[in-house]
Amino acid sequence: MSTATATDLELRQQQVKEKLDAWTREIVQWHFSPETGTPFWLDWAAKAGWDPRKEITCYADLDKFGNFQDEWLRGGPVRKWLPKGQAGKPVYVFETGGSTGVPKSRVQIDDFRIDYEMFSETLPEEHFPKGADWISIGPSGPRRLRLAVEHLAQHRGGICFMVDLDPRWVIKLIKWGEMAMMERYKAHVIDQALTLLKAHPNIQCIFTTPKLLEAICEKVSLKKLGIKGIFCGGTEMTPQFCRFAVEELLDGVYFAPTYGNTLMGLAVHKPLTAEDGYAIVYYPPAPRAMIEVVDPDNPTRIVDYGETGRVRLTTLTKDTFIPRFLERDECERERPHPMYPWDGVRNVRPFSKFGSTVVEGVY
Amino acid sequence: MLHIPILRKGRPYVSLTVNRTPHHRTREPFVEISQANSGLVRRDLLDAEATWRILQGFRCEELVKMSQRAAEYFKDDDLPLGDATQSPEDYVKSISATTGLPHVMVRKNMMKIYGVMAEIESVLSGLTRGMDLSVLDEGYGVAGGHNVSFFPRGYNLGAVLPNNSPGVHSLWIPAIVMKSPLVLKPGSAEPWSPYRVIQAFIKAGCPPEVFGYYPTDHGGAGTILQSCGRSMLFGDVGAVKSWKNDPRIELHGPGYSKVILGEDCVDDYERYLDVIIHSIAENSGRSCINASGVWAPRRGREIAEALAARLAQIQPKPADDPEAKIAPFADPRVAERISRMIDGGLNEPGAVDVTAQYRPGGRVAQFEGCTYLLPTILHCDSVEHGLANKEFLFPFASVVEHPQASMVDAIGPTLVVTAITSNEHLKQQLLASPHVGRLNLGPIPTMKIGWDQPHEGNLFEHLYARRAFQQQSAELVHH
Repeated sequence: MSTATATDLELRQQQVKEKLDAWTREIVQWHFSPETGTPFWLDWAAKAGWDPRKEITCYADLDKFGNFQDEWLRGGPVRKWLPKGQAGKPVYVFETGGSTGVPKSRVQIDDFRIDYEMFSETLPEEHFPKGADWISIGPSGPRRLRLAVEHLAQHRGGICFMVDLDPRWVIKLIKWGEMAMMERYKAHVIDQALTLLKAHPNIQCIFTTPKLLEAICEKVSLKKLGIKGIFCGGTEMTPQFCRFAVEELLDGVYFAPTYGNTLMGLAVHKPLTAEDGYAIVYYPPAPRAMIEVVDPDNPTRIVDYGETGRVRLTTLTKDTFIPRFLERDECERERPHPMYPWDGVRNVRPFSKFGSTVVEGVY
Repeated sequence: MLHIPILRKGRPYVSLTVNRTPHHRTREPFVEISQANSGLVRRDLLDAEATWRILQGFRCEELVKMSQRAAEYFKDDDLPLGDATQSPEDYVKSISATTGLPHVMVRKNMMKIYGVMAEIESVLSGLTRGMDLSVLDEGYGVAGGHNVSFFPRGYNLGAVLPNNSPGVHSLWIPAIVMKSPLVLKPGSAEPWSPYRVIQAFIKAGCPPEVFGYYPTDHGGAGTILQSCGRSMLFGDVGAVKSWKNDPRIELHGPGYSKVILGEDCVDDYERYLDVIIHSIAENSGRSCINASGVWAPRRGREIAEALAARLAQIQPKPADDPEAKIAPFADPRVAERISRMIDGGLNEPGAVDVTAQYRPGGRVAQFEGCTYLLPTILHCDSVEHGLANKEFLFPFASVVEHPQASMVDAIGPTLVVTAITSNEHLKQQLLASPHVGRLNLGPIPTMKIGWDQPHEGNLFEHLYARRAFQQQSAELVHH
């Protein structure tokens, strides 16, 4: 990288930081003001004995909240998370995977639309053409993914066809050792998807999960079916999977891996390259969500670039304020990219200190 | 660091996902192993029929000769290992490094594998009951004076393989000579033997395309079992339980092998101590054919005392000591966990660790930076005791007292029974028992097995099914 470019990047990093600090102040004001605030946070502040509106002056100050406890999101009443400032608008409730215990819930009004409209700006037009129809093959039900992908398609002028997969059922089948039934269920999902893909030639874009993508590509060439872009997410992806997808599954169809969840929204990826070992590098949707990579034993210490640590998420939107949430993932900290001048994360995977207690299924 | 690639239809493939298996003593990474994602495995198996057809181009007779040549290459030659080559001595040291097995035991296992490859004709004769293998070439023929015709039950044999002892690889090797391509998932600590066997066969002229070698995770193993026409699965109780209802998969779980002493021989138990000790402790107790139970109608405590006194003499020695009789655990935490499990079981009244009096330092021992479990003999006064029928990965056995009349019903599923008795009724009970996988009548160590005998199922019958068959010349119809 040239000195001029480096300087430019540093300048943009500084601009991002200033914008992030200003946005942090605005969001804290919103969630802690008696007029617009969120019942949970108003109650929290009353007990904490300090006023975040006065003491939070920048993003770094959010460390004062300590780590957000995900148990707070389990169970009800979910309206405690609804900001007064959003009263009267239609409310959605979304849940996380539910593979462990009571699922975490997040109420939303506008976030999923805003997040996916921002994400839409990062999709290359030639691979995700405006006006093209989509098909979403993956979890729907209580997950925000279903509405979000449909909104993405609509935002780009398309219609989104849907094939559902219930990951909680898949996890049960695996736990029961019903592997043959799991395969039959997967085949049931794939059959529906292939029927739609063959019947609707304007479907040019797909959202699906890694396992389902593999299963579809065993049956058909997506390129021959006219697919131009694949947006893939929902579960962990390894560089080896991405390499396999690019080299062997997709015949040149554009592959966009993503990292996202109900709490954060959607991170965008740096384009995959063989030279970079198909490393999967994601950048969060700043300033609405930020990811840091922290020392698992000291979660306020951000690790050095290239160092491994645990993913720490902060969500800053008018719908939701979640400061310093420690995810169940680990990764390496990645330097800012010219397209995304803030920290990214490399090769996100389940947090190794938890062992392998979470079953990852076909979805 | 040494790297072992995946073999996709015989072609090396270096994955971006790797596992590093440590040396059992230093715990430093010893070998890096490419890991296959499950989609890659599944994709390679999409054209299983085409791969199967390659082997149909050979006659069994040719494949037998290849196996015999491969046996010599396996035993004596330098063979490819990733970008490196591996000498027979490297092979021995590598297995020892990642599994903890002393060199002398690895060599014995190596000779087992060699024996099956070299004596493949005898092995196949045993599995097919002496059938002329040309029946498999033609699809039909005559055996024992009767028309026979066999068809393959699948286009390949998948095998999810264990880490405990290399000798187990003898079980799948005959498949290649029976024209079944192989799809192997090696254990993370024993990637060496399957790779070397494959290389020996390729050097002997076997087409590389018929070999799949896929180090992979739990999901990848499931993909192999789901995708292959026939499979073998080696694993613990939990691993095999998930697949117990799938007839395509031959399950190899714990053996719970036993030595049984009849009323007529139990008073002479001292004459049989060598056989019993060999059954318990050979190969460091790591095999499913090691005895984990010694059943007697009476004098159980005396038998246990006598075994304990002898087995307590086994002490850890360096890996390259030709007198080494016990192996350390590759993962010390496993040893500690097993020992705690045994101690927990001993809290239940009715069982005692008879070996404890001989080893003041305890069951878990340290030697040259390695962790061992020293031989352990329990005396259980009832078959109902929680430790009466357990199997662990070291020289361990429970001596159980039980009346002879109901002994055969009480032993439960048992891979190998060595019955030391001349009592005809007891012998007949054992011969009729569905619980007994392999039966040795007389003082034959459970570890002594004939490779012409089936093992937890007959591989030939696993790979082939017989159909009814008649033939008449078409010309006869016209006339």
